[in-house]
Amino acid sequence: MLGLSKKDTTFLLIVIILTLATPILLQPFPENSALAQFNAGYPDLMQRFAIFGIFAIGFNILFGLTGYLSFGHAAFLGVGSYSVVWMYKLLSYNVVPGLILAIVVSGLFALLIGYISLRRSGIYFSILTLAFAQMSFNLAYSVLTPLTNGETGLQVYLNDPQVLMDESSPTSPHFFGIVMNESVKLDVGGWLFTFSNGYYFCAIIAIIVFYLSMRIFRSPFGIMLRAIKTNQTRMNYTGLNPRPYTLAAFVISGMYAGLAGGLLAAMDPLAGAERMQWTASGEVVLMTILGGAGTLMGPVLGAGFIKYFENIFSKINDNILHTWFAALPDGIEDAIVFLIHPFIGKGWHLTLGLMFMLVVIFLPGGLIEGGSRIWNAVTGKNRRKKHDAEHHPKPAPHVS
Amino acid sequence: MSKFELNRRSLIKSGAAIGAGLALPTIFTSSARAYLNEPKGSTVTLGFNVPQTGPYAEEGLDELRAQELAVQHLNGEGDGGMINTFSSKALKGNGILGKKVQFVTGDTQTKSDAARASAKSMIEKDGAIMINGGSSSGVAVAVQGLCQEAGVIFMAGLTHANDTTGKDRKANGFRHFFNAYMSGAALAPVLAKEYGNERRAYHLTADYNWGWTQQESIQKATEALGWQTVENVLTPLASTDFSSYIAPVLNSGADVLVLNHYGGNMVNSLTNAIQFGLLDKMVDGKQFEIVVPLYSELMAAGAGANVRGVFGSMNWNWQLQDEGSKAFVKSFGEKYGRPPSNSAHTCYVQTLLYADACERAGTFDPCGVVEALEGFEFDGLGNGPTLYRAEDHQCFKDVLVMKGKENPTNEYDTLEIVEVTPVEQVTYPPNHPMFGGDEATLGTCNSGA
Amino acid sequence: MDAIILQVLNGLDKGSAYALIALGLTLIFGTLGVVNFAHGALFMLGAFCAVTLQKILSLSFTVEDPTQKDFLGNPLKVDTPYVVSWFGDATGNAILNWSVPLAILFAIPVMLLVGYVMERGLIKHFYKRPHADQILVTFGLAIVIQEIVKYFYGANPIPTPAPDAFRGSVDFGVMIGFAENQIIYPYWRLIYFLFSAAIIGAVFAFLRFTTFGMVVRAGMADRETVGLLGINIDKRFTIMFGIAAAVAGLAGVMYAPINSPNYHMGMDFLVLSFVVVVVGGMGSLPGAVLAGFLLGVLESFASMNEVKSILPGIDQIIIYLVAIIILLTRPRGLMGRRGVMEE
Repeated sequence: MLGLSKKDTTFLLIVIILTLATPILLQPFPENSALAQFNAGYPDLMQRFAIFGIFAIGFNILFGLTGYLSFGHAAFLGVGSYSVVWMYKLLSYNVVPGLILAIVVSGLFALLIGYISLRRSGIYFSILTLAFAQMSFNLAYSVLTPLTNGETGLQVYLNDPQVLMDESSPTSPHFFGIVMNESVKLDVGGWLFTFSNGYYFCAIIAIIVFYLSMRIFRSPFGIMLRAIKTNQTRMNYTGLNPRPYTLAAFVISGMYAGLAGGLLAAMDPLAGAERMQWTASGEVVLMTILGGAGTLMGPVLGAGFIKYFENIFSKINDNILHTWFAALPDGIEDAIVFLIHPFIGKGWHLTLGLMFMLVVIFLPGGLIEGGSRIWNAVTGKNRRKKHDAEHHPKPAPHVS
Repeated sequence: MSKFELNRRSLIKSGAAIGAGLALPTIFTSSARAYLNEPKGSTVTLGFNVPQTGPYAEEGLDELRAQELAVQHLNGEGDGGMINTFSSKALKGNGILGKKVQFVTGDTQTKSDAARASAKSMIEKDGAIMINGGSSSGVAVAVQGLCQEAGVIFMAGLTHANDTTGKDRKANGFRHFFNAYMSGAALAPVLAKEYGNERRAYHLTADYNWGWTQQESIQKATEALGWQTVENVLTPLASTDFSSYIAPVLNSGADVLVLNHYGGNMVNSLTNAIQFGLLDKMVDGKQFEIVVPLYSELMAAGAGANVRGVFGSMNWNWQLQDEGSKAFVKSFGEKYGRPPSNSAHTCYVQTLLYADACERAGTFDPCGVVEALEGFEFDGLGNGPTLYRAEDHQCFKDVLVMKGKENPTNEYDTLEIVEVTPVEQVTYPPNHPMFGGDEATLGTCNSGA
Repeated sequence: MDAIILQVLNGLDKGSAYALIALGLTLIFGTLGVVNFAHGALFMLGAFCAVTLQKILSLSFTVEDPTQKDFLGNPLKVDTPYVVSWFGDATGNAILNWSVPLAILFAIPVMLLVGYVMERGLIKHFYKRPHADQILVTFGLAIVIQEIVKYFYGANPIPTPAPDAFRGSVDFGVMIGFAENQIIYPYWRLIYFLFSAAIIGAVFAFLRFTTFGMVVRAGMADRETVGLLGINIDKRFTIMFGIAAAVAGLAGVMYAPINSPNYHMGMDFLVLSFVVVVVGGMGSLPGAVLAGFLLGVLESFASMNEVKSILPGIDQIIIYLVAIIILLTRPRGLMGRRGVMEE
C-alpha cells in the first residue's frame, strides 16, 4: 500500500493508530488519583510530542542516514516560527500561508547553510553549522529585533495589518476556521481525555511526514545516503558525487525543522529567539541519539522522552511527594521525600542527565533498542538472533 | 483463538456500539463552565511559574518560598503575615471565597518557550486559574500574552522592562514590580545630589529589550538634570567577561559608569569594573563612580564586596520598617531562616492581591478580578499607599534607592536604603512614549469562556 | 594606540582561558579520540575547587553577640573562622585571603583524581563507540556534575576574590613608555595570562622532553604500533586524561576571581571551546593554543566602539564568523591533521 512493503504498511498503520489514540494512551491514570501527575495527555504536551517528533524525524534523515552531525538545526526551527508569526501579522491567523512560507524559507536557508557547510565533513561540518545557527540566534536576539522582536519574542499586536482578517475570523491560530486551541473534553469514569484540534492537526502532519521519511529511507536516494555514511571515498571512486545527495538530505531535514518550528507557532502564536540557540540544536541531537539514530521510530521516542521529563518531572514538588507518601509513618515519609527531592522539581535536569547516561551505557542502540529487546524477550526471538554487530564492534586486540 | 472477521456489517455494528458507549458518559466539560478552569470543588489551584533551572534559579527558589508562604497565610496557617496589615480586610484566612488554596509549580528556565509550555500545562492539565512568578521581562511578556489568550489572570513576578505594562500590556496581566522608568526617575535626583550635576556618563547596556528600556530611562532622567552621556555600548547577553567593554571607559573622559545589566551579566560586569580599579580613579578632579540601576539581593550577594558604595534601585527591601514589611520579614524569616528578597516580596504580595480581588469581586472570573484590581488603592503591603492603575495595570508606589553597604555585618546585609522616593516623583502618564505611547492598549479581558 | 594595546591585553587574557580549555579538550581528542562534552564541567569544577577551599578555610564556630541584633531581632550570631582562632587574626586572615592561590594546590590532586575516575569509570567503555554515543554520555555527565554542584552551592554566583595584594590594577602603560593612566590593567588578569602561559609551556615541555610524553605523542600518532611495541599505552592515556582534567581545573581555579563562579559557567565555555579546538585543527595542540589566543584577541577588537559603530552587532558573532572563514579557507583549521574526526 502507498508504495510500501507489507511490513512497512503494518508498521505505518500501527504508528497511525498510536498517534491518533495518543490523547487516550497518555492519560493512563484517573483524574484525582495520586499518579495523575504522570499523565501527559494535555494538549500542549501532546502537541510538543508531535512537533518535536517531526523535528527529530527530519534531523534523522540527515544524521541517521548520512552520518553528518549538524549542530545548527535549531536555526531552521526558529526561521519556521518567525515565518508563521509574520504571516499572522501580515495576513491573518490562518496557519496555512505561514506553514508554507516556513517550509520554503527554511528550505532556502538550509540550502545556503548546507551549500557552504557541506564543503567540510566530520566535526568541521558540525562546527560550521553550529556557527551559522549561533550567529542567527545572537543576531535575532539583538540587532535583528525589528524583524524578530528580540528577547520578548515575535507576537501579534492589535495594530498589525492582518489584511485578510474580517469580523468573523478567529482571533487565534486556525486552519480554515478550525481553531487550534479548542478541544473536546471527555469524562469517562474518572478519566478525563482531551481531544484538541491543535494536536490532531500536528498529528496528521506528523503522520504524513513520517510516511515521507519512510519512503525516503526505503528509496534509492535513501540507500545512496547510507552509502555516504558507510564509505564516502568508495562512493567517489565509483564515479558518484556524494555532495548533491547530502545537500538534498540537508535541505529536506532543514524543511522538516522549519515545518516543526512553524507548527510551534501554529499552536502558540509566539516565536522566541531561544528556539535558535545551540541548546535547542543540541536537544534534537540528543533526542535522535537517545531514541536511536538511523531508525525510523527512535528519534520520535527520544523527542517524547526528553519533552516528558521537561514538562512532567519539573512540575513535581515536595508537596506532591508528601501527598504520595502520606500513608507512611512520618519519619520514613520524610526520609523518602528527602531522598527523592534532588531528582524532581528544580532537579529535573539531574534526572535527565542520569537517564542520558543510563540509556547510552546500557542501550547502545538507544531507546528503540530497549523496545526491541523487550519485544524480543516477549516473542522469544532473542535466543536465535545474535547481537547486532554494528552496536557491538569487536574489541581491538589488546596489547600491553 | 477465534478468528476475528472484519466485514462491512460487523464494522457498522461495532461502530454504532462504540458510538453509543462514548455518548453515554459524555459530559462536555468545557460548555459546563462559565469561564476557564472555574473551580468547582472545594479547592482552587494557583500556578507558580518560576525559574528553577538556569542562571535565575536562586531567584526563582526565593519566589517559590514566598508563594508557599502566601498560600499558607491565605489558608489560615502560620501567623497570617501581611494579611494582618493589609488595608483591605476581605481576606479571612479561609482560603479564597471559602475554597482551600492549592498550588502547582513549574520551571520557566528563563526561556519564553519553556515558560509558556509550563504555564500551559498548569492551565490545561492542572486547571490553574492564575499564574504568578518569573524573573525576567521576556518571560513575563510571553506568559502574560499566553494568559491573555487562554483566559486566566497573570500576576507578574520580577519584571522590570517598561514594555510589560507598556506596549505589551494586557488586560489579564498585572504588575506590582516597579519598572525601568521608575528606576531612572528615582535614581537620577539622588545621583545628582551625591555626584553633582556636571557628570559625564558611560553606559554599558545588555543588548536586549530590558537593557534598552533601562538605558533609555536612566539616560533621559540623568540628562534632564544636566548630565552628559558620553557613550552607550551594547554588550551581548551571552558575554561573561566584560573586560573589553570596560577597558576603554577610563580613557573616554567619562566619570560615571552606568551598568544596565541584570543577573549574571551585572555580577560579572561590576566585578570586572572593580578589577580595573575604576572606583579608585579620579577624572578631572572628580571621583569615578559606578551605578547599577536595578539591584537585587541575590546579585549583590553574587558580586560580594564589589557592590560597596554603588548606587541602584529596588522595589522593596527587607530593612523597611513599616508594619507590613516587618510582618512579612518576620513570618518569612521564621519559616526559612533568611530575609526575603524583593522578588519574593513581589510574588507574595501579588498572590495576596489576587486573592483579595477575588474576594472583593465575589468570583474567580478573570473579568471580575480585573475589574476589582483596576484602580484599586491599598496600603500595608510594604511600599506604602499603592495604586493599581486601571489604564496599564501597573502599580504606583514608592521606590527605594539603595547603596552597597560599606561594612556589612552579615551575609544578608549587603545593601542599605538611601532614600524612599515618593510615588509622585516616579509617576508618568499611561500614554508616555516609553510605554508604547497612545497606541498601547490593554485590549479586553478574556475569561476563556 | 593605547586602546589597541588594551584590547590586545584583553584578548590575550580571554584567549588564555580559551586556550587552556581547548588544550585539555585536544589532549583528550588526540589521545583517546573521545568527544568530551563534559570538559566545560571540569573547568567549572576547578573554579569550585577554589570556592570549596574558601568554604573549608572559613569554617566557623558561632557565638551569639547580645549587643547586636539580626534581621529578626534575635541576638546576632557572629561567625569566627577556625583558622582565625587557631592562627591568630593576622595569619588566619592572611590564609583566608590567599585561598584562591592555595586552591591551586588543592585542585591539582582533586582534578587528577576526577579525571582518573572519569576515564576508568566511564570514558574507557566508550573508546570504540560512535562519537554520537560519546557526545550523549559526556553531555549527560556534564549535566549531572552541574546539578550536583548546584545542589550544594546553589545557582547564584559565589564571590571568590583574589588576595588583596593582587586586587586593583597596574599602570601597564608606564612600563612600556606611555603616559600615566593610559593603559591600566588589573593585576589578576596579568597573572592569569602569565599563569596560563606557564601551564601551556609545561604541558608542551612535558610532551616533548620526557619519555612519557614521547610515548604519548607516539601513541597519538599511531596507537596500534606503539601498543605492538609492548607499551601499555592505555595506562598512559588514562594519565593524560587526568592531566587534561587538571589543566581545565587549573584554568577554572584561576578564573574564579575574574568572574564569580556559578554552576553553569562550564556550559558557557563549552561551545566556545569546541569552536576554538576545531578552528585550531583537530588533533593539534599548538593549533588549539593559537586559535584560543587568536579568537580571544579578535573578540576583544570586535567589542571596540570604533568597530561596533561601523558593524553593529559584530561582537555578537565575530567568533563564529571567523570560525566559518577559517574553516572555509583552511579545510582542517589552522593546524589540523588529515583524517582526524573528519568522517
